[in-house]
Amino acid sequence: MLGWELPPHNSGGLGTACLQLCKALSKRNLDIEFVLPYDADHGIDFMEITAAQPQGVASVIRSGIAYDSYKYIREDGSEEWLNIYDQQELYEHAVSQLVDNKEFDIVHAHDWLTFRAAMRVKEKRGCPVILHVHSVESDRSGKEGGGNPLVHEIEELGMHLADKVIAVSQHTKNCIIRDYGIPADKIEVVHNSIEPGDIEPPSSDNTYRYLDMMRSQGYRVVVNVGRLTVQKGLPNLLRAAKEVVYRAPKTIFLIVGSGEQYYELIEMAADLGIGKNVIFTDFQRGKRLRDAFAVGDLFVMPSVSEPFGLTPLEAIGYGHTPGLVSKQSGVSEVMKNLLKVDFWDINEMANQISAVVQNDPLRDTLLEMSQQEYRKLSWDAASEKIHGLYNQHVEGMVVA
Amino acid sequence: MSKKAIVLYLHVHQPFRIRHYTVFDSGVKHNYFDAPYDDRTSNERIAQKVAEKSYLPTNARLLQLLQDNPEFKLSLSITGTVIEQLEKWAPKALESFKKLTDTGRVEIVGETYHHSLAFFYSRREFEAQVKMHADKVKEVFGQEPKVFRNTELCYNNDVAYWADKAGYKAVLSEGWDPVLGWRSPNYVYKPSYTENIKLLLKNYKLSDDIAFRFSDRSWGEWPLTADKFAKWLADNQEATNFDLFMDYETFGEHQWEETGIFDFLTHLPKEWLKDEHHTFMTVSEAADSFDAKDVIDTPNTITWADTERDLTAWLGNSMQTGSIQALYDLEDQVMGTGDLDLIEDWRRLTTSDHFYYMCTKWFNDGDVHAYFSPYETPYEAYMNFMNSYHDIKFRLAEKGVAV
Repeated sequence: MLGWELPPHNSGGLGTACLQLCKALSKRNLDIEFVLPYDADHGIDFMEITAAQPQGVASVIRSGIAYDSYKYIREDGSEEWLNIYDQQELYEHAVSQLVDNKEFDIVHAHDWLTFRAAMRVKEKRGCPVILHVHSVESDRSGKEGGGNPLVHEIEELGMHLADKVIAVSQHTKNCIIRDYGIPADKIEVVHNSIEPGDIEPPSSDNTYRYLDMMRSQGYRVVVNVGRLTVQKGLPNLLRAAKEVVYRAPKTIFLIVGSGEQYYELIEMAADLGIGKNVIFTDFQRGKRLRDAFAVGDLFVMPSVSEPFGLTPLEAIGYGHTPGLVSKQSGVSEVMKNLLKVDFWDINEMANQISAVVQNDPLRDTLLEMSQQEYRKLSWDAASEKIHGLYNQHVEGMVVA
Repeated sequence: MSKKAIVLYLHVHQPFRIRHYTVFDSGVKHNYFDAPYDDRTSNERIAQKVAEKSYLPTNARLLQLLQDNPEFKLSLSITGTVIEQLEKWAPKALESFKKLTDTGRVEIVGETYHHSLAFFYSRREFEAQVKMHADKVKEVFGQEPKVFRNTELCYNNDVAYWADKAGYKAVLSEGWDPVLGWRSPNYVYKPSYTENIKLLLKNYKLSDDIAFRFSDRSWGEWPLTADKFAKWLADNQEATNFDLFMDYETFGEHQWEETGIFDFLTHLPKEWLKDEHHTFMTVSEAADSFDAKDVIDTPNTITWADTERDLTAWLGNSMQTGSIQALYDLEDQVMGTGDLDLIEDWRRLTTSDHFYYMCTKWFNDGDVHAYFSPYETPYEAYMNFMNSYHDIKFRLAEKGVAV
């Protein structure tokens, strides 16, 4: 398996999804070797993890965010910052060398950063290749047909050459067909999931003491957690927030995250006259992140295009907070008990948020029902489907 | 000795569904029930569709049956809200109901005008709605209801006590095993703590054979034919009356014409009446003809809904209980205004269907068959309802009423 990151060295959902999927697959007696572009300890025992470092590179220093530059330190001591595109090229060459003395039946590669490496392996060894699309470039750019043309090229070529493409949602499958003209029957939808475990009681000493206090004064809190980029649709949430605050002044919006829209959004909230009601926290990890999920009465994910979208499930599971998501998200295909709205429909978004902050029974019923649904989630169905795809594409494999 | 009777009773109802009514509408537009024609919640479109698929073809057959079989009779309950809708949007369908009652062999059963659960929230409003319904039935059909059914056959000792005091001959309920115990639903009973009233109980097994299982090909008795069904009843010696109670829309709407449901309906009277000891009765006639076999005590409320036969489909979660309580909390203020438009809008919101649409108990199971709703989710239903409720409050506040 070719991937770009795994927890705890991950920047977002991709690493988490890969880890949980591999864990579920390993239970089906599949031997997985997961090839990463960097060397680190992950504390994982159910599969083998290999670093594909380019020749002559002693170590790679990651800077925390997936799409940032990494510092490559060569064996001769010299250093170089490489952008993401150059990094994926280096990874391609490193993987190509690495496979020369490996035995394997199939290559399963996650997202465009690994696609060229996967094609190179197919070229050398003729083995079947499955490309797993967690997001396409137009998703990430937040605009239909948008994004980097070089990345488009890699995604398009890779998916045309691959034996099978896995999309994490019907939404993503539709994007792939729209952007790259891949035949629909070549693309299998395998929804992401979550391993819910037990729903723990909410922590009693929430980091956001001010918000806790305001809630006890009758305020209601609406939370968003995510990168502040075009893809995530925050400007529409702020426009909806204005309408909500006008009708329900005791509503506070908590925006957790960082990104290129950070300052723009702060200014926008002020311009809309709701500066008092919108709190920005910047990027957070650990308890501060978890507590943000828990301090809300409603979690909102207004993404313009969200291949899957794990955060609403996290909000339900350990935040005890029900969710409102855009219909342009994969998670909206999986969960019934989420409020759903088109990302562009600001009035309807405001209508639904207003309904939740003004009617506690709606919040409570939505939470109760979504927690019931959440408890039933697992990666088993996804791993079973993927196992089946392996069997179809590898001759001589026993169909389980 | 009396003949053995089939007591066929059909329930006709359409609610005024709330359109997609948002926070932006509250305080601005008061037209909660006026969805655009093509919308899923368009009452006009649904009324016309049901009239065409169910009311008109079924009534045509029923009328034919009444003309062909002098002994054929049936009872109908028809809510005020559906009568209004037919008056406005499908007058031919209403006319076809009148032709049935004009034969003198179709009895109209009394109930609340708005198909509400008012009995459990406001006795004053309940009685007002029952009277409204009786007045409407008198006006349209020229009959005075003599038998009472509460919304969704909601029934307990209190309902029987009230109906007895109000002078009804009989009250209808579900023949639910935990209430009946070893007793058969195929007799007339008397409710506990009452003087004169009789109790007629739905034989849900036989009724559901028609209403639910008729088109089910995996059912062992499929296909159900009129002679087979008539034979089951004829062979049953322990019975005076078979109470077949069901939604009218069974014919043509729940069971489509292609299933053969109309043929079944057409042939059943002929098959049943082949034996001279068999007949049909309206609910009043059954109450008059048969003595009470026993006294039935029903301390807990039962309904004819779901496997639970309780109120949880309407009052099972906090959205449902919260919104219905909030609505009835406005009763005094709304009535105090004397504003007939406001009162009527408020009453339309008391219709039980609104709360049914908020039901979550089947939502996670994906059981769409058990979930008749014009909304995608119970949450959508709740939001539309609450925004309408807020608008009622707005209208009260506008009149200077403290809310």
